Amino acid sequence: MEIVSGGSTTMGFFTTRLDKMIGWARKYSIFQYPFITACCGMEYMATACSHYDIDRFGAGLPRFSPRQADVLFVVGTISQKLAPVLVTIYEQMCAPKWVVAFGVCTCTGGFYNDYASVPGIDTIIPVDVYIPGCPPRPETVLHGLMMLQEKIQNQKQEL
Amino acid sequence: MASTETISKTMFLNIGPSHPAMHGTVRIAVELDGEIIRSADVEIGYLHRAFEKHCESGSYTQCFPYTDRLNYVSPLINNFGFAAAVEKLMGIEVPERCNYIRVIMSEISRICDHLTSIGASAMELGAFSVFLYMIKAREWLWELVEEVTGARLTVSYGRVGGVKGDLTEGFAERCRPTLQKVRSVLKEVDDLLTHNRIFYDRMKGVGFIAQEDAIEHGITGPFLRASGVAYDVRKASPYFVYDRMNFDIPVGENGDNFDRYLVRMEEMEQSIRIVEQALDTIPEGPTNVDPEGRVIEPSVMADLGKIGKTLGLLTNEVLIEPTLQGSEKRLHAAVYTASKQARIPPKEQVYSNIEALMNHFKVVMYGHGIRPPKGEVYYAVEGANGELGFYIVSDGTDKPWRVRCRPPCFPIMAALGKILIGSQLADIVPTFGSVNMIGGELDR
Amino acid sequence: MTETLTLAKIKQAFGASLIEAHSQLGHDTVVISKSAILDVARMLKTDPELQYNYLMDLTAVDYWKRNPRFEVVYHLYSLANNQRLRVKAPLGGNEPEIDSLTSLWAGANWFEREVYDMFGIRFKGHPDLRRILLYPEFEGHPLRKDYPITKRQPLIGPKV
Ligand code: SF4
Repeated sequence: MEIVSGGSTTMGFFTTRLDKMIGWARKYSIFQYPFITACCGMEYMATACSHYDIDRFGAGLPRFSPRQADVLFVVGTISQKLAPVLVTIYEQMCAPKWVVAFGVCTCTGGFYNDYASVPGIDTIIPVDVYIPGCPPRPETVLHGLMMLQEKIQNQKQEL
Repeated sequence: MASTETISKTMFLNIGPSHPAMHGTVRIAVELDGEIIRSADVEIGYLHRAFEKHCESGSYTQCFPYTDRLNYVSPLINNFGFAAAVEKLMGIEVPERCNYIRVIMSEISRICDHLTSIGASAMELGAFSVFLYMIKAREWLWELVEEVTGARLTVSYGRVGGVKGDLTEGFAERCRPTLQKVRSVLKEVDDLLTHNRIFYDRMKGVGFIAQEDAIEHGITGPFLRASGVAYDVRKASPYFVYDRMNFDIPVGENGDNFDRYLVRMEEMEQSIRIVEQALDTIPEGPTNVDPEGRVIEPSVMADLGKIGKTLGLLTNEVLIEPTLQGSEKRLHAAVYTASKQARIPPKEQVYSNIEALMNHFKVVMYGHGIRPPKGEVYYAVEGANGELGFYIVSDGTDKPWRVRCRPPCFPIMAALGKILIGSQLADIVPTFGSVNMIGGELDR
Repeated sequence: MTETLTLAKIKQAFGASLIEAHSQLGHDTVVISKSAILDVARMLKTDPELQYNYLMDLTAVDYWKRNPRFEVVYHLYSLANNQRLRVKAPLGGNEPEIDSLTSLWAGANWFEREVYDMFGIRFKGHPDLRRILLYPEFEGHPLRKDYPITKRQPLIGPKV
């Protein structure tokens, strides 16, 4: 980070404070778009429902349109046939946007190392948080979500 | 001057592959005339993960994790179906207790599946609270599953020749109250949905399929039974110990979405009955077969090993199933279990004594595993969506030559295009929900 | 060993095209030559005593390096008699072809498309034979034994 000198220190003070505040607001109002394809979706449902209650983290409302969402949850194996669709959906989302790879299939391809599956979605779109597990337990998912919140809080906020 | 004639054209609409109101990646291209569907083309394959190819490239034991992920809402049924197919090929009979455990766990899985199916389709019609109730009930059942198998979803609990481990101590005492709780949830959901005007209107008379059409398409399971055919593999050709259980096959009359919903609701009740009966009558005893074809307790096997009696464990024949006919007996007499011990020894044994560890390696190591005799087998079990069949071709080596899974929702999806014709655009959602499409099983 | 009614009937009506009939593990199996498949299937479906009204499964097996290389496997089920039957038809060559059963069972449509997709077996008389699980740009047929499991093809798209 640059060292701000002279008269602009006060400005610097304000922008960092503003950054923090926007980050704080953003991290507790995550609108997610769950892109559910496979088995991990069952665990996603379990996490989202009353038992584990993802709403406690301000991420309770899934938006079923990518244009209204800011976190893309990629849940389940992405096949070669589906990959173009995923890229399109990612491009439809408005910035600022984050991507969570849910399950080992989306992280690395998992044990589906074959002609039909994409070996990790980071080969086609950027990923912010990886949640491993096949499927990840709800506790792991919540941990991943908290890491995402931390990341959102600490990053430079684009307006 | 503008002409007064109205020109009417049909419109093409593309739904999916990722649509908010459909749980599953499938694309439906419909031709619309106003709100009426004139033709529908269903495209699948978005979750093709090469299940069959993977099975061909691993050993028999390595197939189990892949079978988990076929129908991921009821993985236990897939596990046991695959295990039973291989057992039939080898001519192994599993012990009583194992069969009971398989029945109990299969039925718990079936309840989970129907809960998810009804919950999700109700949610898509706007009844969100039903979904929350159902998932809550499923969570209780998953806790039981986790207690027995060690995993919530991808369990890999079946083994050729048995199951991974016995039921946990006090399982029955925990299971019975849970089932009661599930019953009360079902009652609640019944109150919420069955006489709910909105739900009823959107389900009743929608998505109709006639008996003959359903048979023509090869449809089985709740979808068929709602049309009035009482075909259920558990009754038609009983496997495990279903012939000893007392249960009914609910059958619908109208073949529409509402009947499918009713059939599923009633089936859960019947499954609960089966589990309760099985818990009452389950015999004590070992859960796995040993290579000699008799049943043996894991501890006895380890003791034999400790005094150096590994020879018997490694070279005996497996039991021949009594129904084998004619010349096939000759084939099966040649099944030796030297390097083909049918099941993996329990993990506790593997970690604590060398014989079990060696046995374990013998099963899992490349080039050593189970070797069923040459031949082919088709084994069907009643999956949550219908007949789940495994067709296995063995060439006598430790890798299956071909594993084919007959996916129960594949024929239903094939018929979906036809079912939708003539109905309204909005009817796609409840009809698709009643299919209970499971991507892993459909596209494999 | 007593022969089941089904096997006897097929032997009687299609003796010439019958290659083998046996009953392994209690499952009746007939192997017939591919030219007769449509007639055999029609007989099995319509015969009042047999009534195999279900086409439960249709798949294929690639016996690589064996001649004939492929085998199409049909699993039939009779609801009335609670009977199962396996019918197999061997196919040779690199571009195998067999008659489609879509005229008898509507359910054969997708099953045959899947076999075409995975094995490259063509079905004569199929109304709409195209890939079903994979995308049209895919080259080759993955369940053939000479297709390596990890052979990925370049990603198609994304063209927005
Ligand atoms: S990570 Fe495992 S559970 Fe999740 S989609 Fe992949 S195979 Fe299924």
